[in-house]
Amino acid sequence: MSTQDDKAKEVSADGAAGPIILFFILGLAASLVFGWIIFPKLLYSQKKQPIDFNHVLHVEAVEEGCESCHFFRKDGSFSGIPKLEQCVDCHEEAQGEDPNEIKFVEEYVANGREVPWLVYARQPDCVFFSHAAHVKKGEMDCGTCHGHIGESEHSRVYEENRITGYSRDIWGKNISGLKKHTWERMKMDDCAECHTTKEIKTDVETLPWPINWLPRPYEKQTGNQARVKTVKEACFVCHK
Amino acid sequence: MKIGRRSFLSFVIGGAAGTAITPLPWKLMDDSSIWSQNWPWTPVPPDGEYSQSNSVCTLCPGGCGITVRKVDDRVVKIEGMKGHPVNDGGLCLMGLSGLQLLYGPTRVKTPLKRVGKRGEGKWEKISWDEAISEVAKKLADIRSNGGSHTVGSIVDSENGTVPNLFKRFLTTYGSPNFMTMPSIQDSYAMTLQVMQGVSAQVGFDAENADFILSFGSGIIDGWGSPVRMFKANSAWKANGKKVVQIEPRLSNTAAKSDKWIPINPGTEAALALGLANIIISNSLDSKKISQSTGFDSFKKLVQNEYGTDKVSKITGINSATIVSLAKNFARASKPLAICGKGQGSIPGSLNEFMAVHALNALVGNINKEGGVWAVTDTEYINWPKPEMDSIAENGMQKERIDGAGSEYPHTKSLLNRLVEVINSGDGSLEALFVSGANPLYSMPGSKAIKNAFDNIPFIVSFSSYMDETASNADLILPNHVYLERYEDVPTPAGLSKPIVGLTRPVVKPQFNTKHVGDVVMLIAKALGGGIADAFSWESYEACLKETLGVKWDILVEKGFEFNGDKCILEGDFNFYPDAMKSLSDFSPVSIEGSAISYPLLLIPYDTIRLANGYIGDPPFAIKTVEDTVLKGKNSCVEINPKTGKELGLTEGRYASLLTPRGKAKVKVHLYEGIMPGIVALPRGLGHTAYDNYLAGKGCNFNELIGSTEDPVSGLDEAWGIRARLTKV
Repeated sequence: MSTQDDKAKEVSADGAAGPIILFFILGLAASLVFGWIIFPKLLYSQKKQPIDFNHVLHVEAVEEGCESCHFFRKDGSFSGIPKLEQCVDCHEEAQGEDPNEIKFVEEYVANGREVPWLVYARQPDCVFFSHAAHVKKGEMDCGTCHGHIGESEHSRVYEENRITGYSRDIWGKNISGLKKHTWERMKMDDCAECHTTKEIKTDVETLPWPINWLPRPYEKQTGNQARVKTVKEACFVCHK
Repeated sequence: MKIGRRSFLSFVIGGAAGTAITPLPWKLMDDSSIWSQNWPWTPVPPDGEYSQSNSVCTLCPGGCGITVRKVDDRVVKIEGMKGHPVNDGGLCLMGLSGLQLLYGPTRVKTPLKRVGKRGEGKWEKISWDEAISEVAKKLADIRSNGGSHTVGSIVDSENGTVPNLFKRFLTTYGSPNFMTMPSIQDSYAMTLQVMQGVSAQVGFDAENADFILSFGSGIIDGWGSPVRMFKANSAWKANGKKVVQIEPRLSNTAAKSDKWIPINPGTEAALALGLANIIISNSLDSKKISQSTGFDSFKKLVQNEYGTDKVSKITGINSATIVSLAKNFARASKPLAICGKGQGSIPGSLNEFMAVHALNALVGNINKEGGVWAVTDTEYINWPKPEMDSIAENGMQKERIDGAGSEYPHTKSLLNRLVEVINSGDGSLEALFVSGANPLYSMPGSKAIKNAFDNIPFIVSFSSYMDETASNADLILPNHVYLERYEDVPTPAGLSKPIVGLTRPVVKPQFNTKHVGDVVMLIAKALGGGIADAFSWESYEACLKETLGVKWDILVEKGFEFNGDKCILEGDFNFYPDAMKSLSDFSPVSIEGSAISYPLLLIPYDTIRLANGYIGDPPFAIKTVEDTVLKGKNSCVEINPKTGKELGLTEGRYASLLTPRGKAKVKVHLYEGIMPGIVALPRGLGHTAYDNYLAGKGCNFNELIGSTEDPVSGLDEAWGIRARLTKV
């Protein structure tokens, strides 16, 4: 049964619907702006590399491409970012007038101090990654994960996540986590993308000595790609 | 326009809805989980250069290959070495926790000299020069007083260069008392000696066997070379091979086997002979073997004395089970019977070993694929015989204090008898060296051992850790730990292919320690004369390099090396050696205590999570022990619910466990997997030394039991003691 009071309420509700929707839209818009534009700016701090490095110049000067400086050691491990020891071969003295070159020689080479490079692709310690397995065995290009870094003339700004301390390159430039190219993100899902879809390459290794529990003539499957997908210790291939 | 409560709420709702379609919540969720892994107190290795080195783990006699991962000079992870013939990439809990033994708080950091009373824990730091001259002076005094034969040493095993340096030292000094820690290897070696006439180590081609009959061996509880046995067990499971476990308690091994047969403790030999009887009576034995020496006497023995009904009565296993077990075992194409209980740290009854070995011989698997092999150990140590002066000659003529080799002709060392000899006043030692062993904790009857040690005026420990024996020593000359030193590792326990491995330093010594091999040489050099001449090497490393010769380079590169193919010893099989005559009238393994005052039988059990040898559980490992094994500060005893009902004991109650040797406060765990009338207690707990992570947790089984001498071998055979359990 409707009364006078109810009618009055209905009227006032109708009257307030406009501002309510407006405020809803305002809130929605503000949060979208915050979430998509302001939040990423707040989340990452911007850091400059100690020396502005020109990859193009170096790639032109060396003979073996990326591997001239980012080489594999004798034991198969990957050297990563070159140490001063390798740079000194050419940069004992400043070459040319570039202020970065002069800074590098005066501050680091002369004092024997390693350059504290900020590593864009640094993964947490719990991640074990073998470059040899991917580059040598899997015959992947450096660019598949690292992009066209060899074509850069200046060092990019290093963006550090204020919460985790890791580089923005791991999550990817796009705050939504979406990517267009394989090198735009380096999270575990991105590893899994290849490891779940690509065909497994299995090698059979004949061991040089007898291991009793293996069927003769002592052959066993090798290749971590197979292990990552199939065996029960799969997690420990990467998480040592 | 009025901004009221409603407007505000709708702004908030709009904001919430909007936020949900921005990356913010999802990104923050991810970041905060990563943030939580990076809290400053979470141990994370520093950034640096990664490297790996291969070595061999020496924490147990398993001899697994390890790959050590380092960041700059810091070890961050130990993994099993891929392709190693023992463990092929696998590693046990202890091996994984090795880092804590390198960096942990329990290490002895510098030579220490006791200043307070023994065991009081008051030490003075001294220099290495002082320490060595102190030992040398003491030894010179003893020697000049004609007491050279009263110096002894206890080491972990008799193989390898370090034990041989000790042996060489004692020989040139003039003492026959080179003693080793006992294990089932001793019993197996003696079995091979008396039944095959060969001086060899036992090897099991376990991986190729297809029916495994285990008389209480803890296949996945740390028996033999633990990781290798784990792998073998997995391979059996994967390939449908059968495992039958015979023991009074449902151990992990029993639980994972195809059939668990509970047996009255100490009657395993009777079962083995009963099985032999059925095999012979049904003509299931290998025809070739029946030509062997003593076969007819053996046949007579088992047929007259080990009839199925009688065996059933002795062992408590029903006749049908025994018959079907015998038939299944004999009909398998590659059957293998193994013995040595738990982790194999107590030698056990020789009768049992001989009976099991005879069973293997009956089915024709001696030195066959999937069988038991008699293998010679790596004989790479060919040092020139040392010159001995007259004191040394005289000293070496004296009888050993433990009676090994004379009273018990086939034994090389009887550490269990040493204790009795000293405590009864029949003999004495003036000085004792202990290296790679912790007898005060890990030998049965640890109270009696403590008494015996109290009667030895000068004890030197070479332990890297402040263990029970070290804390009761007069002088501690700390050795490098295995990740800091070179050492050869001879064939691991039970491996059928002799290999030698190389442990090598992966990091610089962390403290002021010295390699035990170097210390022995320095002491010898300080003593001078013929003793010094016997150690012409510059250092232990030089000695090892020279000893290994051409093998050195291979070992450095690969980590291990096979010892050629001519390693299997045939010998002549004798089914009925003299030592077996006592079996003509079966009596179970003797158990101390009267059944009237102690109605229950206490047996120990081993688990892979508890180390009970020289090295105690590191913190990582002790954390994995279940609360049905260790609850708070108390060990749990397992009893059958029936026994619990009779004694009025319920789950989780405190009880007092009393044996003729000692007493302990324990918690009760009711367990269907144990025979009524038996109490089981885990070994590896109850340390009084080491760090706070280990000391004071649970009770030490060895304090509750004494050693029982095997009448045939003189070795310790005790696997149980009478006990009483009462409410507290």
